[in-house]
Amino acid sequence: MTAAFPSRPNRPGRPGLLGRRGIDSPPPTVAAFILIPFLLEAAVVFSPAIQGILLSFTEWRGIGTPNPVGLQNFRELASDPVFATAFKNTARWLIVFGGLSGALGLSLALFLKVERRGVAVYRSLIFMPVIFSLVVTALVWRVLYAPKGLFNTGLQAVGLDSWSQIWLAEPRTVLYALVVASLWRSAGYIMVLFLAGLKSIDPSLTEAARVDGANRWQLFRHITMPQLRGVNSVVLSVIVIDALRSFDIVYALTKGGPYNSSELLSTYMFKTAFATGRLGYASAIAVVVFLLAVTFIVLYLVRALREDAE
Amino acid sequence: MKTPSTLASGDAIRRRGLRARKARTAGFHMTASLIALLWVAPLFLVIVLSFRSFDDILGNGLIALPRSFTFRGYADAWGDGGGRRGMLNSFIITVPALSLALGLSSLAAFGLSRFKVPFRRTILLVMLGGNLLPPQILLIPLARNAEALGIFDTYWAVIILHAGFGLGFYVFVLYGFMLAIPSEIQQAAVIDGASPFQIYRRIILPLSRPALAAMGALGFTGIFNDLLWSITVLRSENKMPVTAALLGLQGTYVSNWGLVSAGTITAAIPTLIVFLLFQKSFVGGLTLGAVK
Repeated sequence: MTAAFPSRPNRPGRPGLLGRRGIDSPPPTVAAFILIPFLLEAAVVFSPAIQGILLSFTEWRGIGTPNPVGLQNFRELASDPVFATAFKNTARWLIVFGGLSGALGLSLALFLKVERRGVAVYRSLIFMPVIFSLVVTALVWRVLYAPKGLFNTGLQAVGLDSWSQIWLAEPRTVLYALVVASLWRSAGYIMVLFLAGLKSIDPSLTEAARVDGANRWQLFRHITMPQLRGVNSVVLSVIVIDALRSFDIVYALTKGGPYNSSELLSTYMFKTAFATGRLGYASAIAVVVFLLAVTFIVLYLVRALREDAE
Repeated sequence: MKTPSTLASGDAIRRRGLRARKARTAGFHMTASLIALLWVAPLFLVIVLSFRSFDDILGNGLIALPRSFTFRGYADAWGDGGGRRGMLNSFIITVPALSLALGLSSLAAFGLSRFKVPFRRTILLVMLGGNLLPPQILLIPLARNAEALGIFDTYWAVIILHAGFGLGFYVFVLYGFMLAIPSEIQQAAVIDGASPFQIYRRIILPLSRPALAAMGALGFTGIFNDLLWSITVLRSENKMPVTAALLGLQGTYVSNWGLVSAGTITAAIPTLIVFLLFQKSFVGGLTLGAVK
């Protein structure tokens, strides 16, 4: 290396910082910059994830060494009615919450996409709940859903008394009541993602289509949607990951009740682990959530990788 | 053929067009403000509730025009309800966790973006992938490891968890940002004999301020709003953050709507301030990496 750059002094102790090839190979300090954060993540994410998977093949109550039981936990899950309910509810949550927040976010973005006076205020107000914790969100919605809360009072005021109900205690509606509360918080987030996507569409495309006589629906169908493809996949992964993580709002409002009617895999796992103390069995539930998430993460990363290669 | 009459009608058409546009604008603002109103109404209701007295709410119901005005709910939620303790704990956890996460992730992003590190794409994606994992799989092992290390039920346990769990995303976003900084700036510094840390500290970090602000605003709300990590590795009530304290409040003061509402509003204020101060960075942070 010194021979290649005879005119430049080679500083010892800082290999690689100088010269053409120099910037390529990282000096030891730089390796440490990368290694330390990586090791921290390994300690709090990767290694626990592996431990969690291993625990799912054991029977363990938190004392002594875990007792290996093979696939016993998973066999038990297959015949556990609460698990079946939680699984179905999680799937419902994913579809209903995911579908609605995508649709709502996109509609809001399309409606508020044009920069004009006042539009920033509308966007901010709709976005605001995103910054609240789910516990705050839960308490806000508890007032709306209370037996004498906003909804029942409102229904009474318009003479629909018969529709009023105790929203969070009615097994048939409780899950959807929770979905609505979550939507209130997350729609603004999805809207902002779509707004950014809409902004990146080349206006000349829309202009050209309009000159060709395309109507609004055709514009949306053939210009906007295809151009949003990248954002769509991000929104999809955000929604799926969020939906699988949903815990706080259910835990704060119903704890999965009444009679497990709003139980999600996340709440059932938490209860099994920290209320009944069956840590091996709870780990098996976590593994199911893990597998669902990994499927989507892989799809997400494949996209990121492809984009990176471009 | 320009006769006065056609000129007049052209003018009329133009005026009609203007009127139609005005009507459309009015329609837009009406619809938009209705939606915005719908969005803030629940919050407004809770704010009103938080200033009403216990007797007023009991006598006139939850949904009624306020006939009282009191700070009692706020005082009680802050004092007896443990709001002060919870808020303090939230800051004790959030500030170091966020500093640690930003410091470490910017170092890693610096190394990955400014030097040709082997397997850099793999490292980035593995780190990002870890960030996307569902927390459920980590909860039991994390509680167990914290116990084994003797840090269970300490602030440190939550701080380290937050810092470590957020890293992947921060590194990913900061990496993208730092990659765009021209390499000439760095080369000049190298010739002047600057060490990698000096380049990071004096050149790259100041230039990355917008991305750091975005990640900071986002990270603050993320950590401040967390419930799950805290209730997993903390036990003592006097160490719980404000989210957990709020849940406790809900349990203890079930029928005291004024107090619970006041606690809810109080707990929302810090993130609201961050949002108002860093609104642009905040939204920018959310969309960074989402659109390319």
